Amino acid sequence: MLLKIEGLTKIFGGITAAKDICCQVNEGNIFALIGPNGAGKTTIFNLITGMLKPDGGTIAIDGKELIGLKPYQIAAAGITRTFQNLQLFGDMTVLENVITGAYLKGKTGFIKSMLPLPGKSREDLRIKEEARALLKDIGLEKAAGIPAATLPFGQQRLLEIARAMASGPRLLLLDEPAAGLNSMETKELAGYLMQLRSQGLTMLLIEHDVETVMEVADRIMVLNFGCAICEGTPAEIQRDPAVIKAYLGEDGNVA
Amino acid sequence: MAFINKNHFWPGIILFLLIIPLITNSNYLLSILIIIGLYTIIVQGLGILMGYAGQISFGHAAFFGLGAYTVAILTTRFHSPTVLALLGAALLPGVIAALIGRPTLKLQELYLALATLGFGLLVHIGFTEGMELTGGPSGIAGIPYLSVGSFVFDSDIKFFYLVAGILILLSAGIKGLIESRVGRALRAIRESEHAAETAGIDTAALKLQAFIFSALLAGLAGGLYAYYITFISPSPFSFHASVQFVLMAVVGGLGTFVGPLLGAAMVVALGEFLRWAIPVVIPNAGGEYQIIFFGLILVVLMIFQPEGLGALGKRLKPATQKLPGEGYSTKIEAEKEGGL
Ligand SMILES: Nc1ncnc2c1ncn2[C@@H]1O[C@H](COP(=O)(O)OP(=O)(O)O)[C@@H](O)[C@H]1O
Ligand SMILES: [Mg+2]
Repeated sequence: MLLKIEGLTKIFGGITAAKDICCQVNEGNIFALIGPNGAGKTTIFNLITGMLKPDGGTIAIDGKELIGLKPYQIAAAGITRTFQNLQLFGDMTVLENVITGAYLKGKTGFIKSMLPLPGKSREDLRIKEEARALLKDIGLEKAAGIPAATLPFGQQRLLEIARAMASGPRLLLLDEPAAGLNSMETKELAGYLMQLRSQGLTMLLIEHDVETVMEVADRIMVLNFGCAICEGTPAEIQRDPAVIKAYLGEDGNVA
Repeated sequence: MAFINKNHFWPGIILFLLIIPLITNSNYLLSILIIIGLYTIIVQGLGILMGYAGQISFGHAAFFGLGAYTVAILTTRFHSPTVLALLGAALLPGVIAALIGRPTLKLQELYLALATLGFGLLVHIGFTEGMELTGGPSGIAGIPYLSVGSFVFDSDIKFFYLVAGILILLSAGIKGLIESRVGRALRAIRESEHAAETAGIDTAALKLQAFIFSALLAGLAGGLYAYYITFISPSPFSFHASVQFVLMAVVGGLGTFVGPLLGAAMVVALGEFLRWAIPVVIPNAGGEYQIIFFGLILVVLMIFQPEGLGALGKRLKPATQKLPGEGYSTKIEAEKEGGL
């Protein structure tokens, strides 16, 4: 087990955005969070990545407690994410975005960066090559030199994933990566996620596209009003009466 | 412009600047260039803070002043070696910046602006009221020339080359910084602090480093200023000067490499021009008219060239934006300029 969450709770004013959430995510799995808008999915990501402080509960990666760590420290522990509302470095080129994602792989500090040292360019070159390879994986290599803000929306989503992958994470949190993608792009994305999983990457996936979720997820947790109403394999979820009632619609037709 | 090779443009300008002392014997021109050079040192640091880390400081005249007073006090009162005093002039503002920046940079952007503004006012009062140590409103006279070994920087020409040398080294360093992992991290903070943290960037620490760096440079410039003028008083280190440094950074263009030099040159040249022109047009005008003109020019600039003078060249380059349905064939250009 890579990630273990116990009793995670977050309250905003009167709204309980996460209530006593518990889950365990095994290494190499894709674990999906689904539920209607406002169910608390993004809040859970914000809690895991340290962008919000929980009102209760624990989060551990590999037995290492994460609560109380700053977001950059959590990134250093091997957890990174993409954002539902894109957070690209818009002024930078596509390639620079990915290179910046690899920040943790470099060593050059403030003072060292100003001195003409030979090791520096070797480090830069290595990271740049890795970044290019990532862009190639995701089909953006031809766009390497253009400002990220000028990419079409769907490709901006892909770029966020490439940037996140550049840090070499153990756990990747994807917040609605298929939102705004057409069906072709969504299929390609699903293929890419399966490829990442086959390389051993563990992922948490928030996604509205039920078909994609059922296809790629190993386990699914269904959230509603901050509560986990059900957790299990895709087959189990599709059969669960509470899920069918709360989320999947009266007719129960999910796929 | 077609006959000017872009690769030779800046080296050409620098070479031209370097031979100016050999072709003129105007001490006025030299002294203006030296002052521009000293301000450029400050604005380069401020440019990293404002243009890259996205923070603003209204207290850099105080760091500039602390550097100058450190040199003045150490050399006249304690007869410290001049190079050592210059080192102190850079270090003291750096340490103070660390103390101010640590608590305030954790808060939102506005807090550093407010904290530095208050700090700047306090320090200026300190210069004026600290009779024993600072000489009060009349300041400190009799500061010795800077000497390295037996070499004494006792003329405008020598000082010009000293400042030019420091600027060239500093520019090379800053170019390295901007193009490095650290420079990208600073730009990342400006664009999205959340995404920067997610990439593992300790945003609070990096902003603090940028602030300390900018204070060190202002202090260094202040120390050099004291050695150049050999007499200091509180007036060049007022809030007005802090605003002028911010103005230079903005006029030159935030986040551009040549911006600080252009901004410092423009504002100093304009100040000199107004000092001459205003009394001609409005015979008994005071200093406040200068400020009005600076404000006007800033407004006009923000309307017509919001990215600053340093970004003028960018407009001339072919657009590299992708049109819908078009390939990416012209994009290699932009990537090269990314400076990776
Ligand atoms: N920073 C915040 N401050 C106040 N309320 C918030 C904040 N973030 C989320 N919420 C609220 O918490 C609930 C869950 O939101 P969110 O986690 O974004 O849902 P989801 O991602 O499932 O759509 C919503 O009611 C939302 O308005
Ligand atoms: Mg959400």
